Amino acid sequence: MNDFRNQDPAFLRGMTQRRLGRRDAFRLAGLSAAGLALAACGVQGKRVAQPTSSAEAQSAVQQYWSGKVKNGHVDFANWPLYMDPKQPELKQFTDQTGISVTYSEVIQENASWFAKIQPLLAAGQSINYDLMVVTNGIQFSQLVELGYLVSLDHSKLPNFAANAGPRYKSEAFDPGNVYSIPWTSGMTGIAYNPKYIDTPPTSYAAMWDPKYKGKVGMMADSQEIGNFGMFLLGIDPEKSTPADWEKAAAKLKEQRDAGIVRKYYDQSYVDPLSKGDIWMCQAWSGDIFQKNVSDGTDLKFVIPDEGATIWTDNMMIPKTAANPVDAIMLMDFFYDPKVAASLAEYINYVTPVPAAQAIIKADADAASGDDKKTLEEVAASPLVFPSEADYAKLRSYRSFKNTDEQKQYENIFQAITTA
Amino acid sequence: MRTLRARLTPYALIFPGGLWLAIFFVVPTLVMLSLSLQSGNVVDGFAFTWNWHSYVDGITTYHDQIIRSLLYGLAATVIQILIGFPVAYWIAFKGGSNKSVYLFLVLLPFLVSFVLRTISWQFLLSDNGILLGPLRDAGLLPQDFRVLATPYAVIGGLSYNFLPFMILPMYVALERIDPRLLEAAQDLYASRMQTFLRVVLPLSLPGVFAGVLMTFVPATSDYVNSSVLGGTNTTMIGNVIQNQFLVNQDYPVASALSFTLMALLLIGIFVYARALGTEDVLEVAAR
Repeated sequence: MNDFRNQDPAFLRGMTQRRLGRRDAFRLAGLSAAGLALAACGVQGKRVAQPTSSAEAQSAVQQYWSGKVKNGHVDFANWPLYMDPKQPELKQFTDQTGISVTYSEVIQENASWFAKIQPLLAAGQSINYDLMVVTNGIQFSQLVELGYLVSLDHSKLPNFAANAGPRYKSEAFDPGNVYSIPWTSGMTGIAYNPKYIDTPPTSYAAMWDPKYKGKVGMMADSQEIGNFGMFLLGIDPEKSTPADWEKAAAKLKEQRDAGIVRKYYDQSYVDPLSKGDIWMCQAWSGDIFQKNVSDGTDLKFVIPDEGATIWTDNMMIPKTAANPVDAIMLMDFFYDPKVAASLAEYINYVTPVPAAQAIIKADADAASGDDKKTLEEVAASPLVFPSEADYAKLRSYRSFKNTDEQKQYENIFQAITTA
Repeated sequence: MRTLRARLTPYALIFPGGLWLAIFFVVPTLVMLSLSLQSGNVVDGFAFTWNWHSYVDGITTYHDQIIRSLLYGLAATVIQILIGFPVAYWIAFKGGSNKSVYLFLVLLPFLVSFVLRTISWQFLLSDNGILLGPLRDAGLLPQDFRVLATPYAVIGGLSYNFLPFMILPMYVALERIDPRLLEAAQDLYASRMQTFLRVVLPLSLPGVFAGVLMTFVPATSDYVNSSVLGGTNTTMIGNVIQNQFLVNQDYPVASALSFTLMALLLIGIFVYARALGTEDVLEVAAR
C-alpha cells in the first residue's frame, strides 16, 4: 500500500475515484446499443425447402455439379478406428486417380461435430473438409433440413450403383441416396467381459439383473439408451410413441436407482470393460472386435434375442466443399468390392458391399496362421455380413417429425442420464 | 505535456487488459445474455423474444444439479483448506532456503494437462487397479467397494486439481508475516498455540480468502471431474450446460443456466466477503 504514496496523484485518482458524467452516459449508451444490436440479430436459421419432385431434385443436381472439375485433392473428415492407420485404401486411390487425400480423424461425436461446423456452414464458409461421415439421426436430418449437403450426382457413382447392397440404396433416412451414401453400418448390442460373466447374456433383462449391481455401463446418447429401454419392453423404437418413451424411461430409471448402472458412457466404455470396472455394457459392434485384435483382450459382443439397433454412418459432401468432384470420386472408390473388403477386414463393421464377402474369403484362403483365422472370422461374422434373419431383428433409431418431438424425446431420456 | 502524459498513463496501462476483457468477456457475456432470452431451435433459428422461460425451465429441471455443484465445490474447498494450509505454513516457515523448490513441486503437476491428470486417476483408482485390487484381494475392502463413479471420486478430483490455487495465495500471505511479530508474541508470554491463533491465523486470512475464491468458483462450475470420475447421480451443472450447448444445441437454456450459476456464485461470494469481513482482513494485511 505504501508505494501508492509516491505515485502521481492522477494515477491514484484514476484508480480509486468513480467519475460520473458525460463519459458514463456514453458508456451506458454504447452498452445498451450493443445489447440491442445483439438482441436484434439472434441466431439465423435457414431451413430450406426440400425438392418435391424428381425433376426438381434433378435440376438441383445439375445446377450444383455443372462446371465443377477435379482439383487433384480431397480433405476427408472421419471418425477414429474407421480405417487402418496405414491407410492402404487411400494410397491406392491416389495411385489410381492422382488425387491426394488428407485423412483426419476429427469426428468424435455427431452432436459436437455438428456444433462445430454449423456456424461455418450457416455463414457459407468452408469447413475445410470436402467429405465427412455422419450417422443417420438427429444431426443428419438437421444437415439436410438446413440445406448444408450437396445433392449427389449419381452419374458419378457407378460403383455404388453396381455394388451397394439393395438395403443400402433404400435407407429410410435418405431415400434415393440424394445426399449420402453409406460408409458402414454397425449394431448397438451388449458387450461383456467373460472373465466376470459366466453365462452369456441373451436378453436385455441381463442388464437389469441386480447381481451385476454397479457393474453395468450404459450409453449417455439419448437415442442409444432409449432404444435399449424399448427393446427390453418389446417396443419397436422406429414406431414408438411418446407414451412408449415414458415407459422405457421408467425402466431405465429403475435400473439407475437400483444402483445397477455404474455410469453413462460416451465412446469411453471399452477400457473400463476390459479392466473390469464394468462387466457388461452397451457397445458398438466393431469397437469390441478392434479392441480384441489390437490389445489381445477377449471381450464378447452379443445381439440380444429381442433385437438390436442398427445405424449407418454416411459419407456426404458439405455444401461449401472446395473439391466436390474429387470427394465424390473417393466416395465411389470405396464401393469397389476389393476396397470395401480391405476396409471391412480392418474395421469389422457391416460393409454396404455384399460382394466383399467372397473377396475376404479368398484373402483368408491365401493367408496363414492368425491372419487366416481372423479373416475367416470376419467373412463369417454376422456383424460384418448380417443375414436376412439378422436384419429382421435389427431396428433403426426413431426419426422425428419436428424439433418439438425430438426435444421431447431428448428431455425424457436425458432426465435419466444427466441426473 | 508532462501532466497530459501522466494523466494518460493509467489508461495506457489498463488498455491491453481492458481490451482483452472487453473482447473476451464483456462481448461474450452480452451475447450470452441475449441468447438466454431468445427462443427457437437450431434449424428454424433463434429470435429474441424476452423468453424468460429458459430460466424457469432450466432452474426447475436442473436445481438438483445446481445444488449438488455448490455442495461439491464447497466440500472440495474445505478439503483444500485442510490440506493446503499446513503445506503453505510449512513452506513459508520451515521451507528455509528451498522454498522455491517446494513451491515448484506444488506446481509440478500443472505441467501435465488437466484432463490427462484426471484420467490418470481413473487408471489409479480402477476397481481392479494397482491400488484397490491388492487391497480387495487381501480382504481389506468389501467385494463391491469402489471409488470411481462415486461422489467421493468427483470431490477428490476437484480438490486435487485446484489445490495449488489454494496453496499459493495462502503461502503468499503467510510468507509476508514478519518473523519479529512471532518473537514479539513469545516475548509477551503467548504460548505457541496462542501465537498461531492470534497472530498467524488472522494475518493469513486474506490468503485463505483469495484461495477460496480461486478454487470454489472453478470447482463449482467444473465438468471434467464429474464426467471422468463420476457415475450416475453425480452430474454437475457444468455438465448440464455443456450438454445443452453441444449436444442439444439448446443455446437459450444453456445460457440461462450459465447466468443462473454466475449469479449464485456472485451472491455467494458477496455474502462470504461480508461474513468474513474482508475489509478488516485487507486492512490487517496492508498494515
